[in-house]
Amino acid sequence: MELLLDSLFNGVAIGSVLLVAALGLAIVFGLMGVINLAHGELMMLGAYTTYVTQLIFKLPILKPFYNSYIIVSIFLAFIVSGVVGILLEKTIIRKLYGSPLETLLATWGVSLILQQFVRSVPLAYGTGLVISLIIGLFLPTTFPPKIKESINFKYFKFSSWILAALSGVLTGSVISSTVSKLSRASARNVDVTAPSWMRGQVEILGTAFPKTRLMIIVITLISVIAITLFLNQSAWGMRIRAVTQNRQMSDCLGISTEKVDIITFGIGSGLAGVAGVAVSLLGSVGPNVGGNYIVGCFMVVVLGGVGNLLGTVLASFGIGIMTDLIGAGRLLSIWPDMPLPLSNTINFFATTSMARVMIFALIVIFLQFKPTGLFPQKGRMVEN
Amino acid sequence: MRISRRILAGLATASLAVTATSCGGGGTSGSFDDTVTVGILHSLSGTMAISESTLVDTEKMAIEEINAAGGVTVGGKSYKIEYIVEDGASDWPTFAEKSKKLIDQDGVPVVFGGWTSASRKAMLPVYESKDAFLYYPIQYEAQECSNNIFYTGATPNQQSEPATDFMYKRSPAAGGDFFLVGSDYVFPRTSNTITKAQVKQLGGKVVGEDYLPLGNTEVAPIISKIKKALPEGGIIINTLNGDQNVAFFKQIQDAGITPSSGYYVMNYSIAEEEISTIGPEFLEGHYGAWNYMMSIDTPASKKFAKSFKKRWGADRVVADPQESAYNMVYLWKQAVEDAGTFDDNAVREALVGQKFDAPQGPVEVMPNHHLSQTVRIGEINAEGGFTILEETGVVLPQAWNQKHPSSKGFACDWTDPSKGEKYKL
Repeated sequence: MELLLDSLFNGVAIGSVLLVAALGLAIVFGLMGVINLAHGELMMLGAYTTYVTQLIFKLPILKPFYNSYIIVSIFLAFIVSGVVGILLEKTIIRKLYGSPLETLLATWGVSLILQQFVRSVPLAYGTGLVISLIIGLFLPTTFPPKIKESINFKYFKFSSWILAALSGVLTGSVISSTVSKLSRASARNVDVTAPSWMRGQVEILGTAFPKTRLMIIVITLISVIAITLFLNQSAWGMRIRAVTQNRQMSDCLGISTEKVDIITFGIGSGLAGVAGVAVSLLGSVGPNVGGNYIVGCFMVVVLGGVGNLLGTVLASFGIGIMTDLIGAGRLLSIWPDMPLPLSNTINFFATTSMARVMIFALIVIFLQFKPTGLFPQKGRMVEN
Repeated sequence: MRISRRILAGLATASLAVTATSCGGGGTSGSFDDTVTVGILHSLSGTMAISESTLVDTEKMAIEEINAAGGVTVGGKSYKIEYIVEDGASDWPTFAEKSKKLIDQDGVPVVFGGWTSASRKAMLPVYESKDAFLYYPIQYEAQECSNNIFYTGATPNQQSEPATDFMYKRSPAAGGDFFLVGSDYVFPRTSNTITKAQVKQLGGKVVGEDYLPLGNTEVAPIISKIKKALPEGGIIINTLNGDQNVAFFKQIQDAGITPSSGYYVMNYSIAEEEISTIGPEFLEGHYGAWNYMMSIDTPASKKFAKSFKKRWGADRVVADPQESAYNMVYLWKQAVEDAGTFDDNAVREALVGQKFDAPQGPVEVMPNHHLSQTVRIGEINAEGGFTILEETGVVLPQAWNQKHPSSKGFACDWTDPSKGEKYKL
């Protein structure tokens, strides 16, 4: 019983890291069909946001609230990665809809730019830049309709960008003068330390579970529930689904497909940011952190069936449980006296490297029989 | 305004750094009769840049020190050392290509370079075919002995063997079972083959072994294996690489695998620089084995740390790889002066037997092109340094490991033409 519980927990823990990382991609790639190779770097921005938030919460004014910084950083990471994603959509991806190869190359370029950006720009100024982006992109949308419709709107827009730039520079210099660790550029990996209430273990049914893993499972669950509710219950969710199924018809019926694209991409990117917070709790935060996850993300989305959230959920937990089952050699402890050749084979694959090989092989075989994944999208798709 | 000036200054430094990688630079001025240009070849970009750039800093510092003390004196003439820094870009074929460029185009008499074994293996044929010289400063898995490479880092018998011995006989987990964890590439695998043979000789037991593919940070399966194999605590030998260590230590602590519950980790790739990245709170109470540790309390060690901080900033630390890099520049200088020429073969002959009073204590170049060194075992403390627990006497290097089944009974001696790279003892 304890063994089973332990194994199940480990599988779910590994799977939930995969799931939270792939969730944003399931929307961007699954629903919109955009191959976004910068998805990993949007995760990286989320991880860096956690790091910056942690340092800011160490300042004397915010010190009493230090223990809650991780909750705050989940929201901040969503906003930061979401805004960068929106900018990416507005400037690059919008021009490349329908040409997957070009999108692939362009987003790969963006991923390199973002990696180099965090290496060579001090994080304080990076934070300033993000703040000016937020103000510049969102301030004009809050103007009353009267101003929006006037012919002078472009001047209002322009001046809000100036305001945005100024506040960005201001925050940048304030942060860099108060938090010395953020004032210099560094290519070194940095570290996020979980607050004390999240460290150590908690005992459930006689088995000890690490708290950070539980936290990641909780973050994943909340993200999945929130996104499912949003897609199925809200008006915008319905518009997104409509555009996914038939873009031209939705356009004819008065849905602003442009806005839908921005919102979908923004949410997908924001979820990547949330994933960044989760992975920052497991390892170190560095420019390459996203690259470690991107292949896994695509694997999960493809295996689950493009365009289907339920598929993504099942695929990631499936891969997680398989990784633990094969990698830790669990079958042997469940069935200790199996015939020798079989137990030797299992032992051979019971290392992390070989388990990975085995899982990829199984996925390749599976996709031979079901090339569209676990839950293929039925009905007419956009490309038809 | 302050901001824009800062950004401009940043841009200026960045462009300077770019020029510095492509053309030479020198130390202090003085009156020299001539100059000699040496090559420095490490990764200044890519994943290895963080580690390897510290070696470039140390080598530059050593060259500046030598120049400030009058340069290299050869045949009564004093030479100022200048250097060309090339970027290996964390890409192994680039290391070979840049080596060719330094040897053929720039005509340097010596190249100081490399970090990963993969980069060394890529460069080796270049130096052998052109009969040129590479000085390589990193502790490595050995099982190699080239006539054209000088290895100033530790061989396994100068690091992992004394460390395993300490863990099994004298650590708080003495007599316990071993679990081996490493990144999946040549150094951890070779090192663990040696450790397994040694543990067997000592009468101990290796109950598990696992390797994490490079770049993978999911250590949950490894943790459940450790818990299954060592339910009551034991000895873990860790050869993980770089930031995989962060994931490993964060997660084992959360899973309750800590010194207070009887698990002790011996690390071969965690030095002062890495401790500050991972965070001492995760590492306190675990162990490390090196030839040089910053906490060595001798005038030579303190002077080395002090001059490095003075040259590159008070928050910088020095660690074992940097000390090796520092030593090799001085050893080369001594050999050139003894040989009275920069000519390859004469310097090669003069180098064997060179002694240097290094920050770690006396070192000597042995006939197998490796150094005799002191080995230290340290416990990681809350301040981010090592508390030195044990110090061996001078340990002779074994290019061919005597515990590895494939090289047992072999040795290397380049001073005797009949022996050479690999001969039977």
